[in-house]
Amino acid sequence: MTTAAIDLPAREARRRASSRGSLPGFGLSLGLTVTFLSLVVLIPLSGLVWKTASLDGTALLRAVLAPRALAAYRLSFGAAFVAGVVNVVFGILIAWVLTRYEFPGRSLVDAAVDLPFALPTAVAGIALTTLYVPDGWLGRFLEPHGLKVAFAPAGVAVAMVFVGLPFVVRTVQPVLLDLDVHMEEVAATLGASRLTTLRKVILPAVLPAALTGFALAFARAVGEYGSVVFISGNMPGKTEIAPLLIVTKLEQFDYAGATAIALVMLLASFLALFAINVLQARVGRTSRSRR
Amino acid sequence: MRWLLLAIALGFLGLFVGLPIVTVFVEAFRKGSAAYWEAVRDPETWSAIKLTLLTAAISVPFNLVVGVAVSWLVAKYRFPGKRLLLTLIDLPFSVSPVIAGLIFVLLMGARGLLGPLLERHDLHVIFAVPGIVLATTFITFPFVAREVLPIMNELGNDEEEQALTLGASGWQILFRVTLPKVRWGILYGVILCNARAMGEFGAVSVVSGHVRGQTNTVPLQVEILYNEYNLSGAFAVASILTVLALCTLAGKKLIESRIRVRA
Repeated sequence: MTTAAIDLPAREARRRASSRGSLPGFGLSLGLTVTFLSLVVLIPLSGLVWKTASLDGTALLRAVLAPRALAAYRLSFGAAFVAGVVNVVFGILIAWVLTRYEFPGRSLVDAAVDLPFALPTAVAGIALTTLYVPDGWLGRFLEPHGLKVAFAPAGVAVAMVFVGLPFVVRTVQPVLLDLDVHMEEVAATLGASRLTTLRKVILPAVLPAALTGFALAFARAVGEYGSVVFISGNMPGKTEIAPLLIVTKLEQFDYAGATAIALVMLLASFLALFAINVLQARVGRTSRSRR
Repeated sequence: MRWLLLAIALGFLGLFVGLPIVTVFVEAFRKGSAAYWEAVRDPETWSAIKLTLLTAAISVPFNLVVGVAVSWLVAKYRFPGKRLLLTLIDLPFSVSPVIAGLIFVLLMGARGLLGPLLERHDLHVIFAVPGIVLATTFITFPFVAREVLPIMNELGNDEEEQALTLGASGWQILFRVTLPKVRWGILYGVILCNARAMGEFGAVSVVSGHVRGQTNTVPLQVEILYNEYNLSGAFAVASILTVLALCTLAGKKLIESRIRVRA
């Protein structure tokens, strides 16, 4: 399952024939694509652009920097960061286990990794909440020790770990599959311990992919609504995630405020996507320089 | 050492993925079988199911056509601006579902850009079914294209060009050569698109009026039942969606094994 962005064809540069391509249907496919794109994506987005343009600068800043909004960013971005780190550590481990070890049920486990991607977010939300409330299966062990998960920031992070789980695994798996086992064998014959091989041969190859997965998981977690809104408690200033703040403002018909928060989130998404593109370019560079 | 790593990995997955799934079914049947089926057969649940099916029946075929058109366009021709086009097409995938709902409210809500125009013609989009369908179509827009385009790229244009030299028309090439080549990618994309269309919560929540029996999809119905503390009812409805998710994953595995057999 592809979780990275759509990419360009590799044969592009080698085509010699007509400047565009010899197959019929360019006009039609272009026309359909542009029409559908405009109707479904561009025109709706114009609503956002229109609203942004009509926003008063100071009102915009006031909405963006309000204490309640700042608390929401802290929670959404902070929890997404923590969840991303957890997903990188365990994602690499899971990808490793799936590609290097044979064990009964491996196919099932591989399919299970995609479950957070396929499961409707509301279902995940209520299931996770039920697990971590004080009398839930996990909550009853954690609460007595003071580890409040449900209706607390920790719960938000837990839900975000669930949501981002497939991203790191699916970006690291292909890298591990492609990794030349000979390199590790060579390192072993040269006297490297397993740990050194891990540090100097495997991790440098895996890290860029893992970071890409982190950025994807982060971007997804920040914008996630259904999986997180049930477990988070939604107390303004304390356990309110940014997407919920947008929904609340919409319900109060504060379109300007909702747009302001949405713009901050979009900025964060674009930064994450930009980071992904840079990372993917760097991976291309290092893998090329190795040859 | 390997057993330790295996145990940690499987333990993590069991904790984060396995337990929630088990919870859904345990909670759904907590009040017994009879209560479960009663919750599933409830008229409100049925109208939610009907609305969800209607939404998927519109957005999935539409996005299938989109996916084929986009993939054909990008894989078969050279032209400037491809990267921009692909970024725009991928946009709904990278945007938060709440923001996806927001943009439709900003455009077609009562105080939106087109609000007054829609009012004048008595057209209700937001807080009504059309809004739900539009938001779902937006969210699932790139799904088929994302799966079909890489396959079309990888398989190249040789067979299509051969067909062209043999005198085939564009449509013949599309239906007799290209689509059969990428059929597993299409099927895969449709399965994913459908899963997302039926399970979408955030965007639909924003544009729906949450009117029970009318503008509630199955995920929204789950939320309503949960917020009413009807836990077993909520999980009963949620179990329907969970079964759908499990079927989606099974379909994915099946298709992957088919692709591997062909390759």
